[in-house]
This record gives sequence, structure tokens and C-alpha cells, in this order.
Amino acid sequence: MSHIDELFQSNLSVVNVGAETFKHDLVSQGTEVVHLDWRPPAGGDTALVAALDKLTGKETIEEANAKAFDIILSAHPVLVDIDTAVKVIPRMTKHTILHAGPPVTWERMAGPMKGAVIGALIYEQLAANEDEAVSLAASGKITFAPCHEHDSVGPMAGIISASMPVQVIENKVHGNFTYCTLNEGLGKVLRFGAYGSEVIERLKWMETELAPALKAAVRLSGGIDIRSLIAQAVHMGDECHNRNKAGTSLFIRSIAPYIAKAGLAPDVVARVLEFMHSNDHFFLNLSMPACKAALDAAHGLENCTLVTTMCRNGVEFGIRVSGCSGNTWFTGPAQMIQGLMFPGYTMEDANPDIGDSAITETMGIGGFAMGGAPAIVQFVGGTVDDALAYSNTMHEITQGENPNYSNPNLNFRGAATGIDVRKVLETGILPIINTGMAHKKPGVGQVGAGIVRPPVECFEKALTALVERIK
Amino acid sequence: MAEKLVIKKNAYYDSVTLMAISGKITATAGVIGAIVAMATPLNKELIENLGMLTEEVETLGPNDLVIAIKADSQNSCDEAVHMAEESLTQRAAGKKGNKEFNPPSIASAVKVVPDANMALISVPGAYAAREGWQALKNGLHVMMFSDNVSLEDEIALKRYAHKAGLLMMGPDCGTAIINNVGLCFANVVAAGDIGIVGASGTGTQEVLVLVDRFGGGISQALGTGGRDLSEDIGGIMMLDCMAALVRDSSTKVIVLISKPPAKTVTDKILEQVKLSPKPVVVCFINGDAAAVEKAGGYFASTLEEAARKAVSLSKGNISQAGDLDERSLQELAADRQSKLSAGQRYVRGLFCGGTLCDEALHIVKGKTGTVYSNIAKQAEYKLTDPHVSKQHTFIDLGDDMFTVGRPHPMIDPSLRLDRLVEEAKDPTVAVILLDVILGLGSHADPAGVTLPAIIQAKRIAQEAGRYLEVIAYVCGTGKDPQGLVSQEQKLAAAGVTLLKSNARAAQLAAAIVAGRGDKA
Repeated sequence: MSHIDELFQSNLSVVNVGAETFKHDLVSQGTEVVHLDWRPPAGGDTALVAALDKLTGKETIEEANAKAFDIILSAHPVLVDIDTAVKVIPRMTKHTILHAGPPVTWERMAGPMKGAVIGALIYEQLAANEDEAVSLAASGKITFAPCHEHDSVGPMAGIISASMPVQVIENKVHGNFTYCTLNEGLGKVLRFGAYGSEVIERLKWMETELAPALKAAVRLSGGIDIRSLIAQAVHMGDECHNRNKAGTSLFIRSIAPYIAKAGLAPDVVARVLEFMHSNDHFFLNLSMPACKAALDAAHGLENCTLVTTMCRNGVEFGIRVSGCSGNTWFTGPAQMIQGLMFPGYTMEDANPDIGDSAITETMGIGGFAMGGAPAIVQFVGGTVDDALAYSNTMHEITQGENPNYSNPNLNFRGAATGIDVRKVLETGILPIINTGMAHKKPGVGQVGAGIVRPPVECFEKALTALVERIK
Repeated sequence: MAEKLVIKKNAYYDSVTLMAISGKITATAGVIGAIVAMATPLNKELIENLGMLTEEVETLGPNDLVIAIKADSQNSCDEAVHMAEESLTQRAAGKKGNKEFNPPSIASAVKVVPDANMALISVPGAYAAREGWQALKNGLHVMMFSDNVSLEDEIALKRYAHKAGLLMMGPDCGTAIINNVGLCFANVVAAGDIGIVGASGTGTQEVLVLVDRFGGGISQALGTGGRDLSEDIGGIMMLDCMAALVRDSSTKVIVLISKPPAKTVTDKILEQVKLSPKPVVVCFINGDAAAVEKAGGYFASTLEEAARKAVSLSKGNISQAGDLDERSLQELAADRQSKLSAGQRYVRGLFCGGTLCDEALHIVKGKTGTVYSNIAKQAEYKLTDPHVSKQHTFIDLGDDMFTVGRPHPMIDPSLRLDRLVEEAKDPTVAVILLDVILGLGSHADPAGVTLPAIIQAKRIAQEAGRYLEVIAYVCGTGKDPQGLVSQEQKLAAAGVTLLKSNARAAQLAAAIVAGRGDKA
């Protein structure tokens, strides 16, 4: 039977694409209508629309994307060690400073990042004070590079220098490793660009007491399953980017027995546990490299249009796409975050979007999982309905659902995972990122929190590049 | 004189909504010009015409909203902007309140509503084909209201639909009734056993209305879009739709409506008419009867005749209640003629419906010889300036040149008010002929909107010592949301002569001016 004959035998059910008045007329006749929230694809740019058409329904892309998606979901990140950056991070030297986001020169760096670089140079004893640090940073003797280009991630300024201890994540399924520093806490901290003596002292304590203690405990444990902790944390109201209360608690619960068994002095044990307990964001520096471990394994697949990196350096937002292998960055200006300011601060004080933490959204958690983190919703100035809508909407731009990270508030629907450059441009829906706001001046700290989206240019440039490469 | 420009980036609204808001604001006291529109190249031109194109506006894209107001004072500007913003947020709030989910793409919509079977596409032409493909690939039938879709796209979409056994109605398809549900511009009519396939929207509407008035009913009314019967497309959809109606057990009589198609296409269609086990009424407006009759079809040269034949085939008889016969038409014409001054010789037809205009034009042309129009095919009858009438003139106000940046006159009939008044000032004008189209999608009170201009037109003529005849046909049924009776009463009270079909109205106009010494 022809579909037309079937139509004549069925109830009419209409998808309305365009003028809303037609919907109203159908509703008044008792007909089922779903009205699209339609907008011109690719911002109405005809060249991009043509590119999009070329990449739509292409078998090679569908295969590559399915493969990448499978890799991301099957990845199994485990915390296996704590070690010194220069010993484990590839191509790390004494004069290397890794930073958040896509590549950026010292001259162009945002205030908080410059502050953190100064702090790191003082911490490494490469400079004695701010002035020396500034002239060294500008001298060309320091190699600046994105964390992401060295299998690493860092929140906010994201600075990693040679002697910093880093947590080592192993993807047990695909064999790749990722690295991230230990989270310092809130307030005057290096990642917000503070470099006063208390900051340097804290970093030194982390290097000499915290890291060795945790290293011993992690080794004793035989590895802490971060994927499992994230899965539990998202059931407990975390989205593992801006809210890490549950994840931090779960981590302490997992590691505490081994800290106890590690033969440490009782006052060390107390300081280590107190430090982790006093810092709700301790887990962020574990969820981030865990997300990266999964996404890195799917990077560099031919014909794949899925995003493997989203990050910001405070000046630019950058993405990497699996089908454009290596360090091919697609960038656009970092955006201002929309949300709530802490008392005493205004939007004037805020730095544009900064940090590698958008790796969580790239993995389908963070802002993508806001629907399961109602406690964070008010903090970023929205309603629970908004949060559920954000989570639902992200399924429009992703390859599929990750059952490992499911959302109880959405009937345990899996996290929207595998951002497809094509779908972003097709629908005009940009990924939603749930993030903190840094003060634009070094060292002041966090001034607010809210939501932000990448600039669309990143995706437009990526699409243009993909059209050239895809077979 | 003051100006105000407001830009909202990445805030998309559909053009119908925006044009309605622009119209509302332009009509406000103190406002000289108002554009509330997405920053498409075309709309940027309109903003430039208003003298308000800035560098910033130039950088905007079709996802960015611009509110540009020119008014007599800063106060009026502010008020107008406020009004625009209010209208826009009302829409947004309404949307939020009812908690419905609006998916961003067809692919996502069919996941939400797995039993969806029809996509109604009315996005700007440049994007319509893309959505058409999405719909067809997802197994949906398509009604494409959008126009300005390329011929290549139309051919490809229709060929794909044909293979997949799906409807691809349009592009530029304005009217359909599927399973007694009206889509876009459809009249509310009785259900029955007459199935229609129309290449013309208002042509289909006229047949729907008259079938209903003559006591018949509709099984399905399918549209093909105006280009389907061209040589290039070859009538793919007309043939598919006709075949579907032949198979449809609730259809007894089939009506085909179009302008006369290309010869090769006519042959293909008549071949299928010949094979049809069901009677087929073929209305090729102003076409040739012989070939149709040879193929065993029932030929109709007017839409009224098509409706009449279809109902008599369906019912075996036909109610003619309230219709004018030929004699009373002549009597009415003679009465009106007696009121005219010697110099009043011409008909001016101002139409909202394209096919209604075309049909009326041919009827008047048949009696008077020469009619000028903005839609004339032959260059010699084409108006050099469509804004200025000449002798007998018929204007299709739905033509692109009148609707740039404005809603179609069926949605907003105020488009023709100024022209109506203008025509009344011309001492050579005897008759003004109007169509008033009711039904879903059309303006809520088209007669009411037109009334002040009719009254003014009559007064202008009267003050100049002339009688001006205004003839109107209301294309609608008592079941239409506007209500036929109240619409007709409004017009009758203003001294408008009302007839019961578009063809009749044109015949009366022609009879009044026939032999009044024109042609020069």
C-alpha cells in the first residue's frame, strides 16, 4: 500500500516547520501538531549550508562517528598514580608552562592566566618575584603550550609547571593516560591567578605532603575507578563541573581507608583529609582528566565529526574535532558568562570564559547534565525547568546517550554525548557550559558563576575544515 | 523626526509573526516607518530604504533580530520599540506557559511524535528544500507552503517522493484538506466524496466553497504547487495525487484544477483521465474543452463550472438556490449602467487571490478584448507600472512585487486599501471588482478591514458627481471562522453588490462595461 493510501486511513499528525499561525489553525481543528523551534541552519550562511549538505547522511561519517562514540562510552578512566609533572607528562621540561585552552602567547594571555604563570615561575624558583617572573615570561625562554597538547587538563588558568604533582589517569580500555594537578581550593589560588606567598606555600605543601600521601594511598588501592565515581556523583546531584560535592565525598570515602593504611603520621593523615574535605571542588581535577581520557581515545579518527575537546584560555574558546587529527584548533572569542555575581562584584569585574573544565561538557556531563543537579541551578541563576530543558536540548546536538552517566530526573536517560559539529550548525544549538567566573585581575579569585556557550565560529571553522578532509 | 534601532542577536522569530508586529506598529500614530525583522539581506535593504542601515546592522545575519523605528518624536519611537518588545515577549511567554516541547529539527520531532505523518513547511524559500528532504527522508508527507524554491530542487524532491510513495505538495502550495483537516489556507467545508487535486491555491478554495454551497462534500483536497504541470516537472504530483484518489474508496468524483498545462503534460494527464474508472472533472482555466472531452473527462472552463459538474456527478442533482440566472444578471447590469456617467468605462479588479484574479481577468477580457494586468503573460498587456492602472486593469496583489516585506494580502488585505481609494478618483472607472477570501489562515475580518476604503471610494465618486459600482465576491462558507453571512452583510451595508461566485462577479462587471466604448 502506498504511503498516500495509508495517510488517508490515518489520523493526520503534523510537524509544523515555520509560521506558527498554521499550527494554531491545526490545533483548533483538533489535529496533533508539533511545532519546530526552527531557525535557519548554520546561521543562514549559504556556503556553510552547502557544506552541511555535503556532510549530511554520509556513510563514512556515520561509521566514524559511531566508532568514536563507542570508544568514548567504553573508555574506563582510573586514577592510578600521583607523580611529578616533568616525570610523566609527555614533552614536559623544566621551562615548560602548560596553560588552559587553545594556544596563546604570553602577551595575549588573560589577567588570571598571567598571574598564574607568574606564580608558577616563582613556585619553580625560576623567578624570585613578580618583576623577574614577568620579564622571564616575556623573554622567550619559557615554552608555553596548551595542557590539551600534552595529554593534560587544568581548570581556570590551568597552569601546570614541571615540579607540580599531577594525578595520573589511565584509560584501562584504550591504554592512554591523562594528567591533572590537585585542586587547591577556592579563594586566593593559583588557578585564579593569585601568586602571593600563601599561594606558593600551599602549592609547596601540596607537593611535599599531600601528593606523597595520596600517591601512597592510590598505589595501595590498586587504582580508584573515576568512571564509577562520576556515575554515582551524577545520581547524587553533581554535574561534575560546577558542583563536585558528591564526587569529592565519594572520593574521600574511597581513598580514606588506604590513607589510613599508608603508614602516615596521624597529623599528616588529618591535614590531608581536612584539606580534601574543605574543598568541594577537589573532585573536579579528577572528573576533568577522566573525561579527557575517554575523549582523547576517540581523537584523530578519519571522517569523524564529533568534538573531542572544548576549552578556553580566557581570550579564545577552542575546539578540536576527531576528524581533524593532532592539534588542529578551531577558535573564536571567549564569551562572557551569564549568571550570578558574588556579592560585591559586577559583570565589569569578570574575565571572559576560561579553563579546560569544558572537557566535562564535551563528555556529556557539566552543563549537559544540569537537569540532574538541581542544587546548582539557583547558583547559576535559573530554574529547575531550565536545567531539565538544557539537558534535554543537548540530545539534539549529540551522537547518542551515555548509559554510564544517567540522569534520574530524566528517567535515567543517559548523558547527551558526542557533540556533532554538523548537528550544532544544523540546529543552531550551541553546547551549554556551566562554569565559574574568574576576576579579570590576577589573584582575586572567583566572582560568580553562570552559563556560557562557545562562539559559533569554532564550529563553523571546523565544518569548513571537515568538508576538505572527509572522504 | 526621531529614530531608534534595537538589535537582538541570535533571537529567531518567523516572518509571519514579525510582519504582523511590523504592521501593527506601522499603523500606530506618530510612527513613520517600522521594521521588525530578521537581518536577512532583503530585510537589510528595507532597513536601508528606511535610512537606518548602520555598520552594525550590516554585520548581522538571519538569526539576528532588528527593530528599526522612525517616528515623529523620540517618545513615539520609544513607545513603538516597547510595543514591539512586548509583542515578542508575549509570544515567548505564551510558549513557555504551555510547557510544550519544540524540537529544533524534523529528525528530532519524529522521535517525539513517532506517528507524525505530515510536515507543513513554511520557512523562507532558501531553506525550504532542505527541510523538505529532512521530511521525506523521515517518511513524512510534505506540504510546502514556501515559495522561491528552485526548479531543480522541486524536481528532485518530487521524484524522490514519487518513488517513496509520499506526497510532495508544493513548493508554493497554499491549500489542502487531508482527512477533513484544512492545511494553510483552506475553507471549512462538508465532508463528502469529491476529491480535488489543485495546482492553484485560491482556485482550489473557490471549488471547495462552491462544492459546499451546491450541497456536495470533499473527501480530500490535494495541492501540487503552481509549477507541477510545467514541462520540467511534468505533473509528477498531479498524476500521483490523481492515482491516489482513484484508489481512495471514499472518493467518487475527481476534480483537477490548473491553468492549461504544457502540451506534453496535458497528454499525460488526459491519458490517466482516460484510464480512470471514476469521473474526472478537468478545470483548465480558459483551456480547451475538446481534448478533455475526447479523453472522457468533464471539461470546466471556470471554477464554478467545475464545482457544479462535480456536485452533479456526485449527487445526480444540484441545488442552485440563490444563484443569479443569465437574465437577472443582465437586468442587474442594466440597472448599474443607468447610474453611470458617460465617461465611466472601465473595470478595475483588485484581487487577493491569484487564480481568482486570473479567472476574472479572462472573463472580462472575453467581453471587452483588452485587459491590462501585472500578471499578464503577453508583454503588450502587462502594466508598465503595476501601481498605475490603465483602461481595464486587473491586479493580483499577492504578486511578489507587492508583498516584499509584507504579509500576503490574504493575511493582511489592507495592502489594497490605498489602491482602492486611488481607483475611485479616476473618472473613467465604472466598476471596482474585489475578492474577499475567508477560511483558515486568512485575515480574521477581511470585509471589516476593507470597508472604510470602500466607503471612502464611494464618497469620492459621489462628491465628483459619479456613481461607482463596487462588486465583491466573498469566497467562503458559513463554517469558516470569519462567517460568510456577517462578512457579506458588512459589505452589503456599504452598498457593495455581492455575487455568489468569482466567475459571476466577473461576468456582472463585464456586462456592466460591455459596449461602453473602451478599447481606445
